[in-house]
Formats: sequence, structure tokens, C-alpha cells
Amino acid sequence: MCLSIPAKVEKINGETARCSVGGSTYEANLQLLVHEQVQEGDYVLIHTGFAIQKLDAEEAKASLDTFAAFNQLNNEMDEEEKKLNKRLI
Amino acid sequence: MKYIDEYRDKEIAQSLAKQIAEISTRPVKLMEVCGGHTMSIQKFGIPGLLPETVELISGPGCPVCVTSRSYIDRAIAYSRLDDVIITTYGDLIRVPGSSSTLEKERAKGANIQVVYSIMDALLVAKHNRRKKIVFLGIGFETTAPGTAAGILQAKVAGIFNFYVYSAHKVMPPAMEALIDEGVKINGYIGPGHVSTITGKGIYENIPKKYGLGVVISGFEPVDLMQTILMLVRQIENNNPKVEIEYTRAVKPEGNVKAQQMLDEVFEPRDDWWRGLGVLKDSGLKIKKEYERHDAEVMIPNVEVEPLVEPKGCICGAILRGVQKPKECPLFGNVCTPLNPVGSCMVSSEGACQAYYLYNR
Ligand code: SF4
Repeated sequence: MCLSIPAKVEKINGETARCSVGGSTYEANLQLLVHEQVQEGDYVLIHTGFAIQKLDAEEAKASLDTFAAFNQLNNEMDEEEKKLNKRLI
Repeated sequence: MKYIDEYRDKEIAQSLAKQIAEISTRPVKLMEVCGGHTMSIQKFGIPGLLPETVELISGPGCPVCVTSRSYIDRAIAYSRLDDVIITTYGDLIRVPGSSSTLEKERAKGANIQVVYSIMDALLVAKHNRRKKIVFLGIGFETTAPGTAAGILQAKVAGIFNFYVYSAHKVMPPAMEALIDEGVKINGYIGPGHVSTITGKGIYENIPKKYGLGVVISGFEPVDLMQTILMLVRQIENNNPKVEIEYTRAVKPEGNVKAQQMLDEVFEPRDDWWRGLGVLKDSGLKIKKEYERHDAEVMIPNVEVEPLVEPKGCICGAILRGVQKPKECPLFGNVCTPLNPVGSCMVSSEGACQAYYLYNR
């Protein structure tokens, strides 16, 4: 019950929105969000039938970029450790 | 699927695991207080990725698990009334009461309907004007705003045969009570979807008063690994604070509109938690203005059977994080998801079920 799933808003219809989750569609209630802030194409989190928050695309991208940068740094350090044959940290 | 697949990247999770191992020097215990996290942690095998210094323990974050038996008993008593239809989330249907379950009552002929949303329960009320529809409102801050929206809707639309039996609870009093009780932990993996609604402010007391960090986490493996890294870093630097890892869904201020609806319909009351007892201001009661939709007020006299707690079940200690499911003598033999003894095995977010499914 506590689970909430990300879904894509396909069509807004007054206080509800048709959303797609994976391959299926679902009618989500928008009453818990400020309507004007939701647009077709956005991703929202759905919980017990209600959209409870819009997912922030920029924040998602920013955290993914940080992870990627981490990973790269890690790999570079691995390489260097191998070359020097000692642990850096 | 967007917002999911990227956060299941094995390579990133492993790279985060390495970082954690690199910076972690002292043993720490981190507690997750959200049933969704318990499930993800077991399902994705997160403990196996962590160095020996980092231990994860589950807390009181499964709403079904912390709900009292007497709540179930009273719901069953309602279901035995001829003019009542019970509407409930599926999670509650198999939770044992003192001598029965809602599922068994349904088999015996009680009118009990599983709904996905409170809005579906309102439809049942609209179509059955001569019956009293009781909706079982359980869950934390994530679920309670939906209940508030349902009650507001019932009032506006004049659906006066619709009643909510509220066992809604709020998370912060339980998080503080655990530390007050002396449960030894070094930081909290903060509940992601609760915080979507509340924002981060509600946890500020924890670093201030107890010197423990809270990092609000998403539910995918990469989220959880990143959160653990952030917590270990806080601990190593002696810098406890509230941080958000799950930035794509949690804004610092939360969902203000949902908070307003909660305040409009509910007020705090003391409430009982399995494992923790009665905690001050930890439950949500329907305000007087909306009592026409409060089952406790409108259907006060029902015959509730005497409370019997299950013998041998250590669910309470598990919810306090002092014991693990495998330490329960009934785990996996007498008590299984098909034949649950305690609520921690029934709920799909319960620690016993998570261990049973993924870590037996
Ligand atoms: S395994 Fe069953 S009986 Fe044991 S603590 Fe968990 S729910 Fe209770």
C-alpha cells in the first residue's frame, strides 16, 4: 500500500489524468496537486489512486549525472591503483 | 521505464558500494523506517553489497504491522452489522484479529470490498445509499491526504452514508520514541514517500535533539546505496543532518496542498503502535467539523470481541529493530505468508514477509 509508482501523464481531464504505467493506463486523481503545475508528458508519483507529486526531470538528471561522474572517478582510481600497485584511499 | 531503470544500474550500485567501503571506518547501524525500503533492501540484496561495518535494521514503517489488533477487531465488528459495507485496501484483508480476519468474515457473508483508492469507496457509497459504507483508513502521511480528499469530497457531494474509520499515523513520533527507548542506531534512512508529502522539516528534531542523521531515500538500489553513502559520510564527519537523496520526488517543503488538506480534516491524537505502545500525537483523528464522516462517532456501539494477542510472535521487537525475523521461533515453519501468525508476515511491506521471500 505504501508503494507509489512513477507514471506518465497522457491526458488531463479536469480533476483526473489518464496516466500510463509500464504498458497499462490508469486514471489518477489530481486533487492533491496544484493542477496548473501538471502537464501532459510529465511524470507523477501515484499512490492509492492519487498523484502525490510531480517528478522533477532536472533533479533526476542531476543525480544521474553525479552517479555517472562517481563511477568514472572510481574507474580512474582503479586504473591508477593498478598502475601504482598501491591503494589510494 | 523512465525513473526506474536508470536507478537499477548494477555498475553504479557497485561503484557506490566501493565508496562506502572506502570511507567507512567504524561499525554503524542504520534503520529504515519505511516498509517499501525493507522490501527493496531484501529484494535487491543490498546488505550483500555493504562492508561489514554497515548493518541495516528495519523499523516501524509498515502501517499494517504497527496497527493494533483491536483496530482489526473493531473493523470485523463493523462488518458483522447488516447495514454496513466495509471498503478497504487489500493489505488489511488477511491481517489476523483476535479470532478472525476480514477475509474469513467475507467468506461467511460479510460485505467487504477491496478498493484501490478511497475514491472507489465513495462510488460504493453512492451506489448503495441505504447502506453505511465504512472505509478503513490506515497508513502514514503518504496515504492520509487521500483519505482527507475523500472526506472532503463526501462532504461536498453530500455522501452522508460514507464513514472513515481512521488509524492513520504520523512517522516522526515513532522515530523519536525508538531513540528514547534506547534502541542503538546511528542514522535513519528516511521514508521517501512520506516525505514527498511532509518535506524534510519534520525530521529536523532528530539531528538537533539526538545527534542522528536522516537521509530521505528513494526505493531503487542506486537510491539506497547513495543514501547509505550519505549517512556513512555524515557519521564519519560527525555532521548529522537531514538530507534528501530522493530529490526527484521530495521537495524540501513537501507537498503543501496535501498538507493543507490533512490539517483541514485531521487533528493529532495519541495512538498505539505495535512494539512502541502509546505515542503522543502520533495518530490522526477526524476533526469535529467532519464527524459526520467519522465511523467512531457515527457508529459508536458495536460489539468488539476481547483482545487476544498471538502467542510467540515477536513482531513488536522486530518493529523496534531489536530482533530480526529469523530470531522468531515461528518464522518460516508455523508462520508463513500463506498462514501468517502476526501482522509482520501478512503485509507485503512487513519485515517477516520480506525476509521470507528474499532472505530465508
Ligand atoms: S515470523 Fe510471524 S510470528 Fe514471528 S514475528 Fe514474524 S509475524 Fe510474528
